[in-house]
Amino acid sequence: MTPLDGSGFEYSMSQLSLLEAESIHIMREVVAEMQRPTLLFSGGKDSIVMLRIAEKAFWPAPIPFPVMHVDTGHNFPEVLDFRDRRVQELGVQLIVASVQDAIDRGLVREEPGGSRNRIQTPVLLDAVEKYRFDALFGGARRDEEKARAKERVFSFRDEFGQWDPKNQRPELWSLYNGRVFQGESIRVFPLSNWTELDVWQYIEHEQLELPPIYYAHEREVYLRHGMVMAVTEHSLPRDHETVFTALVRYRTVGDATLTAAVYSEAVTVRQIVDEVSVTRLTERGATRGDDKFSEAAMEDRKKEGYF
Amino acid sequence: MDLLRFATAGSVDDGKSTLIGRLLYDSKAIFEDQLEAVEKTSRDRGDEYTNLALLTDGLRAEREQGITIDVAYRYFATPKRKFIIADTPGHIQYTRNMVTGASTADLAVILVDARNGLVEQSRRHAFLTTLLRVPHLVLAVNKMDLVDYSEEVFESIRSEFAAFATKLNVPDLTFIPMSALNGDNIVTRSDAMPWYDGPSLLHHLENVHVASDRNLVDVRFPVQYVVRPQSTQYHDYRGYAGQVAGGVLKAGDEVVVLPSGFSTTIAGIDTADGPVEEAFPPMSVTIRLADNLDVSRGDLICRPNNQPMVTQDVDAMVCWMDSASALRPGQKLAIKHTTRNARALVKDLQYRLDVNTLHRDEAADELGLNEIGRVRLRTTQPLFADPYGRNRTTGGFILIDESTNRTVAAGMITTAE
Ligand SMILES: Nc1nc2c(ncn2[C@@H]2O[C@H](COP(=O)(O)OP(=O)(O)O)[C@@H](O)[C@H]2O)c(=O)[nH]1
Repeated sequence: MTPLDGSGFEYSMSQLSLLEAESIHIMREVVAEMQRPTLLFSGGKDSIVMLRIAEKAFWPAPIPFPVMHVDTGHNFPEVLDFRDRRVQELGVQLIVASVQDAIDRGLVREEPGGSRNRIQTPVLLDAVEKYRFDALFGGARRDEEKARAKERVFSFRDEFGQWDPKNQRPELWSLYNGRVFQGESIRVFPLSNWTELDVWQYIEHEQLELPPIYYAHEREVYLRHGMVMAVTEHSLPRDHETVFTALVRYRTVGDATLTAAVYSEAVTVRQIVDEVSVTRLTERGATRGDDKFSEAAMEDRKKEGYF
Repeated sequence: MDLLRFATAGSVDDGKSTLIGRLLYDSKAIFEDQLEAVEKTSRDRGDEYTNLALLTDGLRAEREQGITIDVAYRYFATPKRKFIIADTPGHIQYTRNMVTGASTADLAVILVDARNGLVEQSRRHAFLTTLLRVPHLVLAVNKMDLVDYSEEVFESIRSEFAAFATKLNVPDLTFIPMSALNGDNIVTRSDAMPWYDGPSLLHHLENVHVASDRNLVDVRFPVQYVVRPQSTQYHDYRGYAGQVAGGVLKAGDEVVVLPSGFSTTIAGIDTADGPVEEAFPPMSVTIRLADNLDVSRGDLICRPNNQPMVTQDVDAMVCWMDSASALRPGQKLAIKHTTRNARALVKDLQYRLDVNTLHRDEAADELGLNEIGRVRLRTTQPLFADPYGRNRTTGGFILIDESTNRTVAAGMITTAE
């Protein structure tokens, strides 16, 4: 057998193979021990990688759980198209938990300003209750944000979906404790130990298809608080904001009203990897309007039941 | 590029956060927005200079208390290696965090303040590192700038620690004098200490050989999940998925499945990317066997002439991790060992270990939070186990309180009969 990483040592593995092996182990552990798992699939790159790992973990059997998308109603159409096509190719069931639907039902109220970020959480929790999911795979990584650095791979949530940083289970070796009582659940983060660069390198290595907005394309944009925002039906510029055309790409593809683009000429994964290796801004700092409000914003949202 | 997992430990104020901040900063793992946030916090707090330690201060609750209370994971990479740091706080009561962080570490960095030399906690950290069988240990003598970069100071700490380390079982020990604040011997060798001819910390981290630390001798494959596609294409497919815990498995190898004891051969080793000729730790693969045996999760595949202990009587060093309860003889707990779940009865607490003096208190009748002791358990089902020193995967387990579902202890199997 040839060395996997050119190290010259026969039984060594590259960092990507090691991360993949760990993530596969985590996914199998959940399916073996939990009753009703689901995977949060947004069509974003982290969830695409996660879905690929699920595909590998159970091969040649199909992925043994449904996937779920919390649809804010403010998504990029390219991403929704991609989402639908991908689940069809894999033959997995897609559950859409719709924020619009929840607003119409009176479960949540739209916040002034139109942001639907906070109200995603009750919609997610509502779906978890309805389908009685006890394990939810999320694509979050520990390198994303400070409050995540201490997040467990198996993150315990009480019957209100809440995260209590003081009440998390110690995780040793690769032994995970997924025991829950009725109504409680576990958020599972198989990509905990991956960095943004690892994700991109994996996408390149696996030749994974991504929604087109991840690559540089021309788009009508305007600047808000120094961030490059796309003109979409959900995110219109205000009076003083000038619209111009620029070559941009997205580093994350969440809610169109909150997700900013970055200037880029990268049209291949290789070029993106090159850009990411020298970038000096975190993914969230550069492009996520939602976490900028306060340094502890993420921590608060997690406590409420957010990923 | 490969991967190194390391844990850091030190007493409060030895400079651990500064060291990690510097490693992240110098390897460019710090992003501008993170630095901005830290600069702002430093200014708000009235610090004179940007406090790199703030880069690693996680949750608000901790920031308010000014101490780090849980294991945090940090990431950085050089062209040679990706690194995962388990940043474990040095505060007195947090043995549990150190044990957690060390459980997956290939290497541990223990910091001491050159002015103070070895303190009680340095010894404890070294002991925990060896208890968890972290294969490589670095004693980082920090704040050398405050002792005029003195070779004598370094040498006296080195010899004192080396003497202590002979009592422990330290496989590979390295001493590095440094100043985390000034960056001496962190990324590059420092001119301030010409008498030191060893590597910088980063150079050592990049080059220490870890792949050979894995056990490639004893074949151990705990069955995690049975793959049985209900499809026409793979109608008769039956594969045993798992992560190799030891040894090298090859197609054609004769194997035994525990607990049944039936032998068969490996028909093939599958992955979604195609079959592989060999599987070794920690690969996640799916094994097909030549015979149709009844194999399920929790079973273990090994070689006929090299089998683990099959036992319901387990002797182990146990670290208690729960603040709301204590370990006592007579107690019943759930045990998770590799992919096997069972229940365990605490038969006996043989002694409680004082992690500072290594004194054994045989009169102890319980283990509380952060206490370590030697325990005998009786399990409801046999475990397929190796001594932890031989295999960290088949030698480690956790205990779970079934009334709260909390993970209350970590155990390392010593012997079992
Ligand atoms: N002079 C000097 N001060 C240091 C050095 N490393 C850390 N410090 C200072 O020691 C104090 C404690 O450091 P910190 O990194 O917060 O320690 P921790 O509690 O171990 O994380 C801070 O004021 C640091 O600036 C060093 O190498 N030299």
